[in-house]
Amino acid sequence: MTTFEAVIGLEVHAQLLTRSKLFCACSAEFGAPPNTHVCPVCAAFPGVLPVTNRQAVEFAIRAGLAAGSTIAPTSRWARKHYFYPDLPKAYQISMYEAPICIGGAVRFSDGGIDKQVRLVRIHLEEDAGKNIHDAQADASLVDLNRAGVPLLEIVSEPDLRSAAEAAAYLRALRSILQYLEVCDGNMEEGSFRCDANVSVRPAGSETLGTRAEIKNMNSFRSVERAIEHEIVRQIELVSSGGTVVQETRLWDADRDLTRSMRSKEFAHDYRYFPDPDLPPLVVDERWTEAVRRNLPELPAARRARFEKELGLPAYDAEVLTARRDVADYYEAALANHRNPKALANWVMESILRIVRERKLDERLRITRWPVAPGDLAELVALIDEATISGKIAKAVFDEMVATGKPPRTIVAERGLVQVTDGAAIGAAIDRVLGANPDKVAEYRAGKEKLFGFFVGQVMKATEGKANPQQVNELLKERLGAGA
Amino acid sequence: MPPIARRISSGFRRSSSEGDRLKVDLSSLTLATAAERLRRRELSSAELTEAALERIAQTEPRLHAFLTVSADEARSQAAAADARLARGEPLSSLDGVPLALKDVFLTRGVRTTAASRILESFVPPYDGTAVARLRARGAVFVGKTNCDEFAMGSSTENSAFGSTRNPWDLERVPGGSSGGSAVAVAAGQCLGALGTDTGGSIRLPAAYCGVVGLKPTYGRVSRYGIVDYASSLDQVGPFARDVQGAAILLEALAGHDPLDSTSASADVPRYASTLRPELGALRVGVPREYFQEGMQPEVESSVREAIAVLESLGASVENVSLPHARYAVATYYLIATAEASSNLARYDGIRYGRRASGASNLLETYSRSREEGFGAEVKRRIMLGTYALSAGYYDAYYGKAQKVRTLVRRDFEQAFERCDVLVAPTAPTTAFALGEKLDDPLAMYLSDVLTISVNLAGLPALSLPCGVDGEGLPIGLQLIGKPFGEQALLGAGYAYEQATDWHRQRPEEPS
Amino acid sequence: MKITREQVRHVAALARLALSAEEEETLASELEAILGYVATLDELDTEGVPPTAHALDTGPVFRDDEVRNGPQVEALLENAPDRAENFFRVPKIIE
Repeated sequence: MTTFEAVIGLEVHAQLLTRSKLFCACSAEFGAPPNTHVCPVCAAFPGVLPVTNRQAVEFAIRAGLAAGSTIAPTSRWARKHYFYPDLPKAYQISMYEAPICIGGAVRFSDGGIDKQVRLVRIHLEEDAGKNIHDAQADASLVDLNRAGVPLLEIVSEPDLRSAAEAAAYLRALRSILQYLEVCDGNMEEGSFRCDANVSVRPAGSETLGTRAEIKNMNSFRSVERAIEHEIVRQIELVSSGGTVVQETRLWDADRDLTRSMRSKEFAHDYRYFPDPDLPPLVVDERWTEAVRRNLPELPAARRARFEKELGLPAYDAEVLTARRDVADYYEAALANHRNPKALANWVMESILRIVRERKLDERLRITRWPVAPGDLAELVALIDEATISGKIAKAVFDEMVATGKPPRTIVAERGLVQVTDGAAIGAAIDRVLGANPDKVAEYRAGKEKLFGFFVGQVMKATEGKANPQQVNELLKERLGAGA
Repeated sequence: MPPIARRISSGFRRSSSEGDRLKVDLSSLTLATAAERLRRRELSSAELTEAALERIAQTEPRLHAFLTVSADEARSQAAAADARLARGEPLSSLDGVPLALKDVFLTRGVRTTAASRILESFVPPYDGTAVARLRARGAVFVGKTNCDEFAMGSSTENSAFGSTRNPWDLERVPGGSSGGSAVAVAAGQCLGALGTDTGGSIRLPAAYCGVVGLKPTYGRVSRYGIVDYASSLDQVGPFARDVQGAAILLEALAGHDPLDSTSASADVPRYASTLRPELGALRVGVPREYFQEGMQPEVESSVREAIAVLESLGASVENVSLPHARYAVATYYLIATAEASSNLARYDGIRYGRRASGASNLLETYSRSREEGFGAEVKRRIMLGTYALSAGYYDAYYGKAQKVRTLVRRDFEQAFERCDVLVAPTAPTTAFALGEKLDDPLAMYLSDVLTISVNLAGLPALSLPCGVDGEGLPIGLQLIGKPFGEQALLGAGYAYEQATDWHRQRPEEPS
Repeated sequence: MKITREQVRHVAALARLALSAEEEETLASELEAILGYVATLDELDTEGVPPTAHALDTGPVFRDDEVRNGPQVEALLENAPDRAENFFRVPKIIE
């Protein structure tokens, strides 16, 4: 029986975080009432002309440099023609033969998958508006707010071999774009979209099989499931003597399958030609170098640094650098108190939990953290100084989140300073042992699990503030000593 | 047959119906002289505008130069202009001057149709840049003039709303596509007008109607707000009685527009104030390919006479060659139609324009709206252009044409190494008869043979009257300049004009 | 070269023009004549000649990333042949 391998290439459309649209001065912001971010230019009235948003071009250069692409000194806008109500000009201004970025690659290391995926190209194009089909029975409604918003199209080579790899690539790419602050990577809101080209071939073969294009995958999970499903479908088809048809298939999340799009009556002849309303896009060395100088440290490099220089385990480094704002937060805390592992734990277990619960991470950058990084650092410092115990620290943290007060203030106000005075602890131990003579006798007779009881009593007697290690030591001593 | 008598009038004529009341006669004024009289308050804008509106009312039944007459707006513009002139605060030399606009210029609040059914009721929400600039200078707009539908044609017969007639002979075409604007100036319905020129659409009607028409260098005037035909060829330009009028309008229109990525940043010279009757040492080139057989003999002789006049004024004349001239029409009709098929794809009846009734699905909405809304010539060009861009044909047609275009440009570059200005007829014949070329699209296309190369090369060119033929029909002289060489063009035209009388000729009034 | 009615139909579909049978026939012969005429361009050797995509070299032209347009819904929708509140309305699109 033949074993098959899957060959997958991904096409990502990332909406750019410019204030205005690609070719006009309308707002590019999401979520406005219908047709309020529209002007004669993006509504394709007669007589209008496009003018290129410089920032969108700069974002494309940033992305290209981050991926190690070649930035084309001259690229060309091209018209791509098709008729659809959400495309007012009946052509999309895109790039065809001369894209702005050529080649490049995305490296990622994700849950055991360590890989480099080459890019074919990156180019700029304008987004289409939205058709709304379910508001009226016999009509569709058109909202052009999104028409003209700048998109970056990122095309990968078919280097991916599994649905899991595809998802990992997407996460890595999204992370890079977020780090660059060119896209907020929100798949659910549609600012980060993905189409997949999937084919199969006998393992070891060099030739590519016929591919199907999969669309309508609206989340990372959908992408993984859709690709998995398509691979299985194609393998079953080919194994039973059938052939894969080159077509577009839509992922149906409700029914868990891909289905062929039959509605396209005409084969697409996009009739590409260079847009005569726009001069060639010239990007000189000076501009490229200026962008390169201002590139932030990218996720892969940052993760490597966290592992090597901070000694964090791979998992921690991965979680902390998945988002730039989280990594920045972590390092801001670290700058105040250098305990990488402890801070990593606090951020991952406590901070990020609250962030997720409160959905603070829905935008590109978290602006309101549950706790300020400096305060988190102070908390860990208090533990390291043995001013408070780890257990008390959790209570302090909760109050920090609730009140916004810094830890030292809370500790002072509530008198939570750890008791480390041996004499005081000793005295408390003596009181507890004195109040429970029979239990002491039982312990000494061999009932060792009563130790926990005594610890609990001592902690109660000291309002939880006794230093646990000292309690253990002294208790052992006192109990160990003979009657 | 003797040539039609040319009237040279003093500026006023007795009204036939109202005894001694003196009436302003726009036919005897030029833009510059009217502006001067406004400034000196010898005339008011209201008087000029009223005269224009009356003239329009009187002549439109036979000429049909206008699609929309905006009388109310014009009167209120005139009143505002008069207020400013009274205070001695004119916005410019155009303040209060009545002008007309080809109906491809978007005018806020005033219907703009491009002479097409598909835009029959379209009222734009904005002014194009050319219109806005003139408005900001106080110009008065009397209305929107007829043209070939979507500026596609050489005779104005492709208008969906009827042809415009040539005031020199009502059975003849005024030329196209900007026929209405040329007639409006020729017939004294206004003092100046705007048109667009993609393959000769200002120059040809200027020649056929005996007025001055200028196509500026590509990029000299903003294209923002004109209904696009062919983006890499379209250019906005003025019609006027004389070169000075054209120069005044050009100065108002020219200059960089941040809304048009193809508009030039080059400085705008003071075109109007630098005109001199002396020619200076002008080097004139005569392209031999533009004097081929098939040309009407009187056209050739008039143009040769004009060249002799230039020589007598001090120009040196030499023959030049534009070897690729005979490929220009073919090149143009591939590039222009390809770009047009793309630019007209937005007319789908969804956001504006005519939507076919009874369309039961989306596809029908598109196809029937466009089928019903577009005329035959427009459909022909959309089909040709779509074909030229379609899969498998791009390299052979559009791709090839763009390369030949480079060869055409190089021809001119070489000619301009030795010359400042090229001279030729504007058209091989004078105005042809209505209906004469309608059955033969190719024959119609060939009317543009002398003007089309200029658009391919992006050069400026001026057409001005240089004679009449045996039927009394005007003959146009074409001057072609270097990129941004409008000053030399206007200078040569002005010198020629001052040495001759052709710009004073007027069509006879019908009895 | 011959232009068939099939080809005319195909191009008309691409251009979204619902031509009548008569128009198809007329256009077939007209296009044939015009294409026959433009075939003269094949006489020219254009090897190595760059295409003129733009008549004027303006250099790159950009806009600052500023929002300058406010909502203008009425102005944009008032010419619409069919609307529903602030949407453009079209016959139902079936995916």
